[in-house]
Amino acid sequence: MLRFVLGRLAVLIPTFIGVSIIAFAFIRVLPGDPVMLMSGERVMAPERYEKISHELGYDRPLPVQYFDYLTDVLSGDFGSSIVTKRPVLDDFLTLFPATLELSLCAILLAVFIGVPAGVFAAIKRGSFFDQAIMSTALVGYSMPIFWWGLLLIILVSGTLGWTPVSGRISLLYYFPSVTGFMLIDSLLSGQAGAFKSAVSHLILPTIVLGTIPLAVIARQTRSAMLEVLGEDYVRTARAKGLPPFRVVGIHALRNALIPVVTTIGLQVGVLLAGAILTETIFSWPGIGKWMVDSVFKRDYPVIQSGLLIIAGIIMLVNLLVDLLYGLINPRIRH
Amino acid sequence: MALLEIKNLTVTFDTAAGPLRAVDGISLSVDAGEVLAIVGESGSGKSVSMLAVMGLLPWTATVKADRMAFEGRDILNLSPAERRRIVGKDIAMIFQEPIASLNPCFTVGFQIEEALKQHMGLDRKARRKRAIELFAAVGIPDPEDRLGHYPHQMSGGQCQRVMIAIAIACNPKLLIADEPTTALDVTIQKQILDLLMQLQAEQGMGMIMITHNMGVVAETADRVIVQYKGRKMEEAGVLSLFETPEHPYTRALLSALPENATGDRLPTVSDFAFEDAPYKGDRA
Amino acid sequence: MTDASATQAKMQDPSRSARLAEFWYYFSENRGAVIGLVFFILLVILALAAPLIAPHAANAQYRDAILVPPYWQEGGRAAYLLGTDAVGRDMLSRLLFGARYSLFIGVVVTLLALTSGILIGTVAGYFRGWADTAITRVMDIILAFPSLLLALVLVAVLGPGLTNAMIAIALVQQPHYVRLTRAAVMAEKNRDYVTAARVAGAGNLRLMFRTILPNCTAPLIVQAALSFSTAILDAAALGFLGMGAQPPTPEWGTMLAEAREFILRAWWVVTFPGLAILITVLAINLMGDGLRDALDPKLKRS
Repeated sequence: MLRFVLGRLAVLIPTFIGVSIIAFAFIRVLPGDPVMLMSGERVMAPERYEKISHELGYDRPLPVQYFDYLTDVLSGDFGSSIVTKRPVLDDFLTLFPATLELSLCAILLAVFIGVPAGVFAAIKRGSFFDQAIMSTALVGYSMPIFWWGLLLIILVSGTLGWTPVSGRISLLYYFPSVTGFMLIDSLLSGQAGAFKSAVSHLILPTIVLGTIPLAVIARQTRSAMLEVLGEDYVRTARAKGLPPFRVVGIHALRNALIPVVTTIGLQVGVLLAGAILTETIFSWPGIGKWMVDSVFKRDYPVIQSGLLIIAGIIMLVNLLVDLLYGLINPRIRH
Repeated sequence: MALLEIKNLTVTFDTAAGPLRAVDGISLSVDAGEVLAIVGESGSGKSVSMLAVMGLLPWTATVKADRMAFEGRDILNLSPAERRRIVGKDIAMIFQEPIASLNPCFTVGFQIEEALKQHMGLDRKARRKRAIELFAAVGIPDPEDRLGHYPHQMSGGQCQRVMIAIAIACNPKLLIADEPTTALDVTIQKQILDLLMQLQAEQGMGMIMITHNMGVVAETADRVIVQYKGRKMEEAGVLSLFETPEHPYTRALLSALPENATGDRLPTVSDFAFEDAPYKGDRA
Repeated sequence: MTDASATQAKMQDPSRSARLAEFWYYFSENRGAVIGLVFFILLVILALAAPLIAPHAANAQYRDAILVPPYWQEGGRAAYLLGTDAVGRDMLSRLLFGARYSLFIGVVVTLLALTSGILIGTVAGYFRGWADTAITRVMDIILAFPSLLLALVLVAVLGPGLTNAMIAIALVQQPHYVRLTRAAVMAEKNRDYVTAARVAGAGNLRLMFRTILPNCTAPLIVQAALSFSTAILDAAALGFLGMGAQPPTPEWGTMLAEAREFILRAWWVVTFPGLAILITVLAINLMGDGLRDALDPKLKRS
């Protein structure tokens, strides 16, 4: 097991270095003057240019600059935003809980509906239910989620008036952020109706962000179950006279979950890409919207370090999923 | 009264290319304490008919029989729940691929205790004690420690011993062994067969041994059924079958032994021409 | 029975038309795939014929017809079947012209990603060694970013617009082709027919692209269908974020971005472009599932 972890780390470290090079290179290799870009100013006197160039370290050779950047990053200094002047890491830490809360709700929705739906479709292979579930999953899989979000706003918020259109909680409520998770903070605040407001704000974004992972997980669960249900050990379980829910729910599902867990892990990238669109539509103050806003404001230090942090998170989660994969698959563990 | 009695069993599979009849009018019976061998080439429907008895065929299969009775009780028309009370308890089955037949995600201890929990209603401690006894009975060394092992940590022979332990866990009256030694090393084959025969004699189980190996038949069976293309060709006592095979197919099957090889090529059944003659009737 | 023996015969016949017939046999067994194909063909015809059948020019603004609802709704007019947008442009005409953009994006991105991915992947799988290690690492790095985020940043740096969006999307999709090709080439490389060709004196280039590559096409075709639909989705998403095709281009995602502020007032300006994207992507994904079933020998006859 230790060897397995070390092996993963050995691949991860060069990849992370590569990711940092790409994030670093975006500003310097591509067209545009880095000093102008990084300072956010358009016209400046030559002396001032020299001064800023020297302050930012752009008058030194590229490898030195990169090495400085990497040292800064590893010591927790991700630079400062041109727009807000605040450290990138601070902004990230303020905004990340919102994205995390939304993503967790979305993946929970996807797993708790997707896995049972896939199992059910596999057991009833070829039936009307199977076809209905799989057709729905394919529609979900093909969904342009930015449009899906707008459509839900028209139907649920506009026509039915059930949920608010944007934000994390109604402006009527104010309480200090303790955990950063609005669901928990609103409960802690003890204000009547705050939790309900937080939930109603969360419902539509969760559905929108969860749609594609839900479809992918349902499809993957079905095909994994179909494969497993034909295995000899499932026949053995039935030969023991075990009831069907035990044969399917324990013997088959336990094995089918191994590839499904990998699929769930791969959804992290999908979730973060989806968060860009979902947060934009619902004005959700998370890192997806933060990145889009930074792109529009040409806030290059934020784009550069935001890319790096997000890629780092994805790599970390993938490592955790690999470890989890080892835990649930005895053939790797031993 | 026979332990298991089957009359005119037919199994048909729905395939993309239309219905396929895998078993065609098989009748057989096994008494308590008796060993019946079913021999035939692969595809002769010998496994399918036993899977039909266990109710393990996929949904594409249609099973029909004039009678399928265990201890005089019709098992074909039982509710699934009632049938599960017999399958795994009074009738147990072991399979050809021992490693693939054990669930890779659970310890072998879990897999045997699960059967005990289902049918015997033992508590945790009693289950564990019984599992250790069973492992010892099937000749697994250091049984207490082995309960915590996963199938992939054991050899094929060990896995087949585990399968046998699971099968005899609830003291079955009938054990169906589907090619139990085919996937094993030659040196292990003999050990497993000896173990099966010893357990059969000790517990007085009825047994159905499915095989294509005439050596296994000679060593284990009281009575033999020869099956070909889903139909019964011949049924006879083991001695009379080997001494005076009546059916041309049986003769061809007996001739297809490596000893009869000429040159580099091993003989096959089709080398020994026989006409597709009808069933010749039972002999004692 | 006759049906099965017919396919059996088809499978053993190596000629090209027989292989096509076999492919069509499996593909047409999948009802969804055939529906997808019909839809797709229809879409291609509509896109090609857009200048002939569109009732109005894509960018013609009718000042007297701003936010007119679809004709079946109260206030709708027969001249604007699906209504008009906020500056009085006919929705139906824009959607028809938009189909051209989406299909064009799908074709260009897939071709770009496919060719570069195959070239790089074949080199990596065939030569192995340091070239392989370097290529694999670089692909891992690209795949470590969420694809849409990477495309977004790339476009931001290259400058917003349809061409840059297509380049960015192709770049983030191409690692999938590299991985597939590399794996397939490595699996085929040591087969006997390759050794035979080598012994017969074939050079590296010939071995790579004439001998090995044609035997690796099945997974690539399936991936191509997948990336065709992803390309359309991602380009629309970039358009929606304002980084793809720029207004007044009638690209579906860009149309959605322009329509956003009217969502609670004029449902049709939001609903139809998205529905067009969904149907197009769905049709291609249906076809993709059919292709996978027909080309993947593992799934055959199950």
